[in-house]
Amino acid sequence: MNYEFGFYVFMLAAFLGFELIRKVSPLLHTPLMSLTNAIASISVVGAIILSGEKDASTLSRVLGFIAVVSATTNLVSGYLITDRMLKMFKKREPGRK
Amino acid sequence: MNFEIYQPLYILAAFCFIFGLKNMSSPATARRGVISAELGMLIAVVSTLLRHEVVSYEWIIIGLLVGTVIGIPIAVLMPMTAVPQRTAVSQACGALASALIGTAEFYKGQHGFTVAALMLETLLGFLTVTASLMAWGKLQEFLPGRPITFKGQLFFNLGILGLAIAFAIGIVVDPVGNAGLYPYFVALALIFGVLLIVPIGGADMPTVIALLNSYAGLSACAMGFALDNKLLIIAGALDGSSGFILSIIMCRAMNRSFSNVLFGGFGQVVAAVAGKEARPVRSATPEEAAEILGDARSVVIIPGYGMAVAQAQHKIRELYDALIKRGVDVKFAIHPVAGRMPGHMNVLLAEADVPYDKLIEMEDINGEMAMTDVTLIVGANDIVNPAALNDPTSPIAGMPILDAYKSRTVMIIKRGMSPGFAGIDNELYYMDKTLMLFGDAKSFVASLVKEVSANHN
Repeated sequence: MNYEFGFYVFMLAAFLGFELIRKVSPLLHTPLMSLTNAIASISVVGAIILSGEKDASTLSRVLGFIAVVSATTNLVSGYLITDRMLKMFKKREPGRK
Repeated sequence: MNFEIYQPLYILAAFCFIFGLKNMSSPATARRGVISAELGMLIAVVSTLLRHEVVSYEWIIIGLLVGTVIGIPIAVLMPMTAVPQRTAVSQACGALASALIGTAEFYKGQHGFTVAALMLETLLGFLTVTASLMAWGKLQEFLPGRPITFKGQLFFNLGILGLAIAFAIGIVVDPVGNAGLYPYFVALALIFGVLLIVPIGGADMPTVIALLNSYAGLSACAMGFALDNKLLIIAGALDGSSGFILSIIMCRAMNRSFSNVLFGGFGQVVAAVAGKEARPVRSATPEEAAEILGDARSVVIIPGYGMAVAQAQHKIRELYDALIKRGVDVKFAIHPVAGRMPGHMNVLLAEADVPYDKLIEMEDINGEMAMTDVTLIVGANDIVNPAALNDPTSPIAGMPILDAYKSRTVMIIKRGMSPGFAGIDNELYYMDKTLMLFGDAKSFVASLVKEVSANHN
């Protein structure tokens, strides 16, 4: 395994994250948090690998299954609510009522 | 290294995440950003399913389905006022996944650097689980929202954390011989998560929610190191740095340091000072207030957490419409820490269809305050308290505020004269140009709307 390379990736990604987030308007901080929260459910990848392995132990299977469920819950609700929130941000709508 | 299709697909997924975050910078492109990030996640999941080591699918598919079935109603039915709670629960789920994967990996008998990464992953994961659940309890008001402090709390908390880290180091040094320490390590991490939130009050929730978001991301990132998975490292680092910078922005908006938020027990210290004698205030009826509002040229509305509690955002939007109809210039002034999570007020007002170009940030609106005829404060207190500027002994001294006190007339909708969340008395209430509008925010604004529209004819 190549840890050194991993640290380079981490450093660049963290730096990029800082730069990207700093530019986000405070208007969107809540949807932004929902979105990054949803992106953190990338741990579903680890959960799939864990529970899908050929001769996984019972422990791995059980923990992996719970992990898949909770990561997916995080993922689905995170993305859907972010989209629901952003749908509400409108500039100026044709007069209602 | 054998080539597998997931490798280029992971790179594509990472690109989608970065592109998605980049598009979040403006409301015009934000939805595109979400779609891009969703696509990234879809690619990540599908390509992981295609990996050669993934052979048994039935439980994965069931897990994905169950998670989806739980996730959809959470997202669709959750009222917008409960968004901070949802974020906390969702964080707990994500962190739980990460912590459990780390635990299973540990029991597979890893060694060396991988164990160190797993320890970091599970430490951050487990502490975020309990901390997020505690935050949820406080936001949902199952648990008392006021900070709970005791003597030596800081040392006690750091002691627990130090012990957990000591166990982790022991396990890293000898993963096989010291494997028996692992359950204790997990217990300590869980306890530390609880202790972390105990001294934190509701007003500090925006900072803490952002910080926990960061921990959940860093946990996923550590998992990336343990599994040698660059996609996890990138996505985790993006989330980690975003949560971190948001919590810094929140701290700055309160002029407080990180350690002060985490260990300060804000609001507790002040409670003793608040018991002063009642001073006279001027109050007004909806009729009087509506007349002043209707005759104003410019009105600035300042929402706070009280607006969310009273669910008054839709009525406020009606008031906005009624005033606009009469030719009044209406804007909303948004303090960065108003509410219980970063940007909370913006989402609520957007939900009520207030155009987002009317939501003005603090730095931009403060210059206009002196020229404003009326500021209408709905359920906000500390963020407009001039004590932050004038009284160096005040617990909120130095916190940037919205300069409502500069406007010609100040109206404050409030249930009663009880002090705000931080328990600090507010000079603004006693000024000659201030009118207190006592009542429930929602019904009071509703009667304002009625009066403003009626007067017009």
